[in-house]
Order: sequence, then structure tokens, then C-alpha cells
Amino acid sequence: MFPAEFDYERAESVSEALEALERYADADVEILAGGHSLVPAMKTEGREPDVVVDLDVPALDAVNALDDRTVLGALTTYATIADSGAVRSTVPLVAEAASEVGDLQIRNRGTIGGNLAAAHPGADLPAAVLASDATILLRNRDGKREVPATDFFRGDGETAVEPGELLAGVRVPHADGGGFAYAKKTHPATGYAMVGVAAVVETDGGGDGDADRDAGGEGTVSSARVAATGAVDRAVRLPSVEDALVGDPLDSAPIDAAASEARADIDPERLRADASASAEFRGELLEAYVARALETAADRAAGDTPTA
Amino acid sequence: MSTHDISLTVDGTTEELTVESRTLLVHALRDELGYTAPNVGCESGKCGACTVEMDGDAVKSCTVLAVQADDSDVTTAAGLAEGGLDPVQRAFHDEHGLQCGYCTPGMLATTHQLLDENPDPTRAEIRTALKGNVCRCTGYGNVVDAVETAAERLSDAESSAEPAGSEGERDQRAEPPRPEGED
Ligand SMILES: Cc1cc2nc3c(=O)[nH]c(=O)nc-3n(C[C@H](O)[C@H](O)[C@H](O)COP(=O)(O)OP(=O)(O)OC[C@H]3O[C@@H](n4cnc5c(N)ncnc54)[C@H](O)[C@@H]3O)c2cc1C
Ligand code: FES
Ligand code: FES
Repeated sequence: MFPAEFDYERAESVSEALEALERYADADVEILAGGHSLVPAMKTEGREPDVVVDLDVPALDAVNALDDRTVLGALTTYATIADSGAVRSTVPLVAEAASEVGDLQIRNRGTIGGNLAAAHPGADLPAAVLASDATILLRNRDGKREVPATDFFRGDGETAVEPGELLAGVRVPHADGGGFAYAKKTHPATGYAMVGVAAVVETDGGGDGDADRDAGGEGTVSSARVAATGAVDRAVRLPSVEDALVGDPLDSAPIDAAASEARADIDPERLRADASASAEFRGELLEAYVARALETAADRAAGDTPTA
Repeated sequence: MSTHDISLTVDGTTEELTVESRTLLVHALRDELGYTAPNVGCESGKCGACTVEMDGDAVKSCTVLAVQADDSDVTTAAGLAEGGLDPVQRAFHDEHGLQCGYCTPGMLATTHQLLDENPDPTRAEIRTALKGNVCRCTGYGNVVDAVETAAERLSDAESSAEPAGSEGERDQRAEPPRPEGED
């Protein structure tokens, strides 16, 4: 199996890449990052671009942890993200989702920018950036554009990236206390998520001491962001679950009540179905994995388990 | 169609070759250069038979364009041998971690990265690391035994070779420069 013929161009800076995108504006162009979605698609899915612009830009392979936010360059691989002490301490949910992608070899090559731009309906990073309230950083010939993650995913393979534009990175704000988790039911054949749920739950009035836990409280939920991948054609936030959590302590009864809202925001007609899971089963999985993610987040908020 | 002159170091030998844009690394290695250790199985990134180490990372060479590998250092399973079999290869032999051997070059390349980064893996960690390597005939029990045996032998060899207390710090990836996109 070989890809069809194409012209290849290597870009060693963002401006070289943008210049190439402009030069080939009339052709069918693909940007190449890790190639682990694009190359298989060019072999077996009839993807036949005229030109491939390979992003070989060291500045985009970078982790920059600041006081209140961490910026991940588009070419940062899952392996780098999962292993980076800076990512694990500042935005551990993103590290946890990256460590769940595919297998060791895939994690060595695949990039966060490629993962978000490819927008596979079962990809792991979209749920993590949604639950982190991240912002996607785009570049074009005129400058920069920032798109909140909530506006970025438009459908299966569809995003807010416009022709001539490239995804430069992701800005992830740091959560303010509380807990987080990514819980994934892996598709047995593809490795993607049949259903994956990312949660960030911020609490106040509680904390992480044993005394507090002995008193039976983990604090009151001040804000919650819960996102699912795999369930429909794109990653989505679950506002009904989030609303059900806020104002209550993060323990089992409110978690069960919140998880029972998991399907409230999703039109059953839109649930994905394939040979491994019917739409109905995916709906069941969604509820179960919302509960799992919230339980782990609650344990972490209470200091019961180490962070990722 | 465009062609490209690339340079690869394969198993220690520098190779210059011309590839088409669409040439995959596995085909450049096997068909152009004659390094036949990486095998072609699924061709879609799933089975791991084509795994080689590229600059120290295990990669599925059927899913990398040869031109993307320009200037990189590639080690195939055959290149791991040091005179005779290397400790990982020997452990697969001793534990009967293979039957037909088709998956074995990929298993060896992945195991090398695993033991480099985690010299004392648990059985669960071994299984997780080898998730992207599929074996159709021998099953995974003997493979996991082989990796465990290789890890034990390597750490025994290391402790007898090194003076006590010399456990150096592992290479930390330097935090790279500030990314573009935000300033
Ligand atoms: C066997 C296998 C298992 C996998 N399992 C998982 C899994 O469990 N979870 C998961 O999430 N993914 C999984 N993947 C997908 C993998 O993570 C891909 O690497 C990833 O989705 C795409 O990233 P990439 O860097 O390889 O991008 P590429 O394949 O290079 O690009 C993908 C698409 O995004 C565009 N693109 C890339 N970078 C940019 C950019 N900076 N700006 C604009 N457009 C860009 C490209 O033009 C292309 O259309 C799997 C893939 C394989 C082969
Ligand atoms: S042949 Fe490359 S992963 Fe199967
Ligand atoms: S030994 Fe035959 S495929 Fe693994």
C-alpha cells in the first residue's frame, strides 16, 4: 500500500509554512505533523493531496509553563506531554489524556496539534482541552487568531482552522484546586475512545487534608467542566452534568446524580454506532464513564490518590 | 511528483539515497537499502511489525515518510546485535518469546525503548509498552517473560559493571524554547 504521488515541501518555520500554504492556495494541500492520521488516510482512505507541507518547526515543539497557564506548541508529541514534569504538575489532565493515546509508538510520533486538527470523533485530546477550558492558537498570514476550545470542534474531521491557517499551539489555564480525571473506554480495534470523559472539578471550603476527609467532606464544588469524546461526531461539553455538580460536596450521591444527567445534553439520534458498540450502548458507556471520571476526580480532590 | 535526496544512519552506517515523496520509511529500509529486519504486516500503523528506533524512539516505519526521517539515526532489530545476540534478543531466544518470528523485530525495537526508560518494568508495564505490537502466533506470555528476563539480566550486568552509588540521573529533556503562537 503506497500513498498516491504528491509534492512534498518541508517548512522549517511558521512563516515558511504559511508562505507555502499561500503559494499553494489553489491546490489541495495537507499539513503534515506526526503523520499518524494523515499517512494512513493517504494509504487507505483515498486521501490524495497534491501537496504536503511538512511542519518541521522546532519552536512549535515546546512546553511553556507560566504562572497561571501552560502553552503547548502544536508539534509537541504525546510522549513529551505525558512525560513532562511541567505538564504533569500544571495541567495534569492533558498529560493523562496524552498518556491514553494509542500505544508507545503512536505516542512517540503523534502531536497535540495534529490530534486537535484531525478532530477524529474518538480522539482523546479534544475532550481534555474542552474540560480544561483551553484556547486554540491559530496563525495565518495576517497574524494570529484565538479560538476557545468550545468553538473549535465543528464535526467529524471539521474544525475552526481555515484554509491558509495553521494551528500553532494550545493555551491551557491552570485549574484552581480540586480534582481532575480522564476516563477512557478504549475501542478494541482502533485504540481511539469508544467513549472518553475528561473532568476538571474545582472545590472550595474543603481541601486536601485527612482531617477534612475524616469529617466526610471534600469541599463544595465551585465549578466543574466535563467533556466527552467518542459519543457523537465531535468532542462536547456536558453542561447538565456540570450544573448538577456545582454547589454540592463532591461525594458519591451528587456524583451519581450528576452522571445520570450525562445523556441530557445529547440527542440520542446523534450517538455514534459501529461494529463494536451500538448507539444505545455508547449512551450507557457515557453515563458510566462520567461517573468514573468524577469518582477519580473526587478522590484526587480529597488527596486520596497521587496526581497523574 | 517530487524526489528527495536524504541521508539516514542505519545500524551505524550512513546511507544516502533518493526517495519519492510517498516512499515510506519501511520501504526505503527494506527495498532501497536492504535492511530487512523491519517487517511489513498491517501497513496501517496497528501491528508494530515494522517498528524501528528513530533517534531513540520506537516508531512504526510504515507510517513515517522516508523524507520525514531525513538526517535521523535509525536502528533496526538487526542493528541491536552486538557481535552476537544482544541481551534482549538472547532473552527472547531463551524464553521462547517467538514462534514464526514475524513480529519479533518490532517487539525487540519497542522493548529496547522500554528498558532504556524503565529498566525494571512490572509485567503490567511490559504489556502496556508492547500494546502496539501484535503477535499472531506465540501469544504474549513468553514475550512478557522474555522482556522480564532481559530486564533482570541487564540490571545484573549493570550492577556488576558499575561501582556502587553511581546511579546517574536519567537524561532530562531540556525544556524547549518558548513556543510561537503566544507572546
Ligand atoms: C494505530 C493508531 C492508533 C491511534 N490511536 C489513537 C488514540 O487512541 N487516540 C487518539 O486521540 N488518536 C489516536 N490515533 C491518532 C494519532 O494520535 C494521530 O497521530 C493524531 O490524531 C494526528 O496527529 P499527527 O501529529 O500524527 O497529525 P497528522 O497525521 O500529521 O495530521 C492530521 C491532520 O491534521 C492536520 N494538521 C496537523 N497538524 C496541523 C497544524 N499544526 N495546523 C493545522 N493542521 C494540522 C493535517 O493536515 C491532517 O489533516 C491513532 C493513530 C494510529 C495510527
Ligand atoms: S506494518 Fe507498520 S504497524 Fe503494521
Ligand atoms: S511469533 Fe509469529 S507473529 Fe509473533
